[in-house]
Amino acid sequence: MGLSVGLATGLYGLSFGALAVAAGLTVGQTVALSALMFTGGSQFAFVGVLGGGGTPGAAVAAASLLGLRNGVYGVALDGMLHPPGRLKPLYAHLTIDESTATASAQEDPDEQRRGFWTAGVAVWVSWTLFTALGAVAGGALDPRRCGLDGAAVAAFVGLLWPRLHNRDAWATAVLCAVVTALLVPAVPPGVPIIVAAFVAFGLATWQHRRDA
Amino acid sequence: MTAWGWVLGACALAYATKLVGYLAPDSLVDSPAMRRASASVTVGLLASLVTTNAFASGQHLTLDARVAALVAALVALRLRAPFLVVVIVGAVAAALARLVGMP
Repeated sequence: MGLSVGLATGLYGLSFGALAVAAGLTVGQTVALSALMFTGGSQFAFVGVLGGGGTPGAAVAAASLLGLRNGVYGVALDGMLHPPGRLKPLYAHLTIDESTATASAQEDPDEQRRGFWTAGVAVWVSWTLFTALGAVAGGALDPRRCGLDGAAVAAFVGLLWPRLHNRDAWATAVLCAVVTALLVPAVPPGVPIIVAAFVAFGLATWQHRRDA
Repeated sequence: MTAWGWVLGACALAYATKLVGYLAPDSLVDSPAMRRASASVTVGLLASLVTTNAFASGQHLTLDARVAALVAALVALRLRAPFLVVVIVGAVAAALARLVGMP
């Protein structure tokens, strides 16, 4: 699963590269975002705000808000994989949707660790590489005509699907999707996703108390 | 601040956010309530990301070719297609929908 996740996300990196250059970043800055920020949602928010005429400060805010979930992933992965202290800075860098989802999909601790590394490294390599290709190809590539935005939708559905294994998970997903749709017109990009995280947290706390 | 300054500043914030998660005290991590909340937050965030990626265009909700990608991906998942196939199906569906005139 790790390798195919890497391939799929790498292909999506093509469109990120093209979009970032279209938003006014240089090829170097675009590749730096993929190699160093390395969290697709935040990167798309960053160039999306810039491309939409937003200030750089707003771009940083949107990207950072979207990246908050990586902190939550870090807490979960630290408890799941128990990385040694000296490796934590490296684990932290590879902590993204895909590596977290791949690790969580496994039951065995060794498989969880293997899934995390395979997905994390595969995504980093292909994401950075294809970002560079997309940035260089620039305007020649039309991400919309290639359906690359559709690939992103499918990728997030594909990551969500295996987690919908009971009614509580379905309820959480539906509620968060509805809250997001209601908030999109009302607040800046990136904020609905953070609110959805708090809604999910609140719902989980209620579900936990109900079952206790 | 230069463009490079904003780019690198945003990268540093993103990395710090990730690292803070690993350095949080273990007592926080090991409670069943926290683990449940964490799994739930992941589901909530992914559901939210599906929604924004499929329907949001800036601060507007739109129905465009990405809806075709969403439906096609769900069908592929129901047929137990592997992840990569699901993603490709999504891209092809969106591209085809645009070919027949969807925005």
